Amino acid sequence: MAGTAAGSARRNPWAPYLLVLPGVLWLLVFFVVPIVTLASTSIAGAGRPWWDGYARAFTDYGAFILRSFRFSLLATLVALVLAYPLAYVMAFRAGRFKHFLLGLVILPFFTTFLVRTFAWKTILNDGGPVVGLLIWLHLLPADGRLLNTNWAVVGGLTYNFLPFMVLPIYVSLEKIDRRLVEAAQDLYCSPIRAFGKVVFPLSLPGVFAGSLLTFIPASGDFINAELLGSPNQRMIGTVIQNQFLQVHDYPLAASLSFVLMTIITIAVIAYARVLGTEDLA
Amino acid sequence: MAGAPAAAPAPLARRARWRGWALDAIGGMVLLYLFLPIFVIILYSFNRPEGRFNFVWKEFSLEAWRDPFKYAPLVDAMKLSLKVASISTAVATVFGSLIALALCRYKFRGSGPIGLLLVLPLTTPEVVLGSSLLSLFLDLNAHMGFATIVIAHIMFSVSYVALTVRARIRGFDWTLEEAAMDLGATPWRVLRKVTLPLIAPGIVAAAMLSFALSLDDFIITLFNSGSEVTYPLYVYGARRAAFPPQINVLATTILVGSLALLGLTVLWQQRRLKQALVA
Repeated sequence: MAGTAAGSARRNPWAPYLLVLPGVLWLLVFFVVPIVTLASTSIAGAGRPWWDGYARAFTDYGAFILRSFRFSLLATLVALVLAYPLAYVMAFRAGRFKHFLLGLVILPFFTTFLVRTFAWKTILNDGGPVVGLLIWLHLLPADGRLLNTNWAVVGGLTYNFLPFMVLPIYVSLEKIDRRLVEAAQDLYCSPIRAFGKVVFPLSLPGVFAGSLLTFIPASGDFINAELLGSPNQRMIGTVIQNQFLQVHDYPLAASLSFVLMTIITIAVIAYARVLGTEDLA
Repeated sequence: MAGAPAAAPAPLARRARWRGWALDAIGGMVLLYLFLPIFVIILYSFNRPEGRFNFVWKEFSLEAWRDPFKYAPLVDAMKLSLKVASISTAVATVFGSLIALALCRYKFRGSGPIGLLLVLPLTTPEVVLGSSLLSLFLDLNAHMGFATIVIAHIMFSVSYVALTVRARIRGFDWTLEEAAMDLGATPWRVLRKVTLPLIAPGIVAAAMLSFALSLDDFIITLFNSGSEVTYPLYVYGARRAAFPPQINVLATTILVGSLALLGLTVLWQQRRLKQALVA
């Protein structure tokens, strides 16, 4: 907001409000108001106490909630481990290929998310090359499979949100002043120590943003669990979708949605405290 | 960090070089992981599957490419998706760009909460966005269909557009506008000749992002589509009935088409840059 033209602001004090009006109104009516109706739906069970939906959400579906967070946390960790080296190579070692690599990371977005997940089904299929290789390496038993396992679902989640992890880390690495790293090495820091003391701490905002952009959508996702897993891998998104669209138990479905949102909000705040990047947004 | 010969204390430079190569190799493998499904999608568009499901390789064939519009419901779904994406992108691009413009150009009370309002939809899982919108439509007894899909898509696109445009136009030199006005340009002329050319690249990038997101959206659409079927919804339903290679043909076409579009915008921006330098 640097260099704000105070002159034009003086001309018409209402101008900014007029500019934001249509978009903000849209977000208020179709984002904020729906969250409120979701809350009121969750406590509107006919002839039952208001907390009935929440009670059933925890007693009947607590396992699904736990599994969703376990899977998405694992996917976030794996994505971080995979994304960091790639982002590092892009920022520090790619030279003039930097923008080309950036384009490659974005490229998967141009093929439909669902079709990509179906492609994983083909890749991980029984009798496919990946399963064959793992059996040959004795990493899987002879009748072992990858589809319908936790591995497949976590792998799919990791895959789907990996670019969201790479991009913010890349941006924060890119911003680091190279002279800081050189200074650390001039002062007899080993390269690994220089990384641990200078580069990594400075890239934490990117790690923070990337983890959220992976963890949040992954915890609500149900496509990977539905396409790559069995009912044993079912996540909370499937339950919410089922209750809303098939069973029509709206109070329960709305309670589940609300619980998911609340847990994510708490997790995000806790994570921000740990990393100390509260003023990020 | 592997790869360094652990035996003799190798010279530091050589060890650093090894470490660098190992990093490059890891980065390359991660990229390969990102691309593996895309290779499979393209490859299987040339498959002649046995039965109705294109999940197992049988033999090479150009059949699906020769007759990409064989399945009318798939074509209708694609048409609907393109229509939804066009309308929602047009509206969201205008709404979002206006917000970005206001946030970058003016200091005003309420700009902080508006920034928060823009970020919140992005940090809310899609199931929650979709189901909360559905609960509103249920409360209102609204008819679920084309209109509700478009409403939902505009909702999530506005944030993306506003944040993208804001990131691109932050720190522009707005005094150019005042200079134009001092030289006697009408406000309309200033908008057309100064403001729009300045912010156009950001707006184009945001519009492309919004279009791609709309074309790809599944979860939010599923909640608000009624009986309408968009392209992703068709693909999802295809796992039960039949998954023809035509789905892969369309996915490949979207990929190639958006790459071409991306290439064209890059060329256009380079030409603009050149013109600006010459002028």
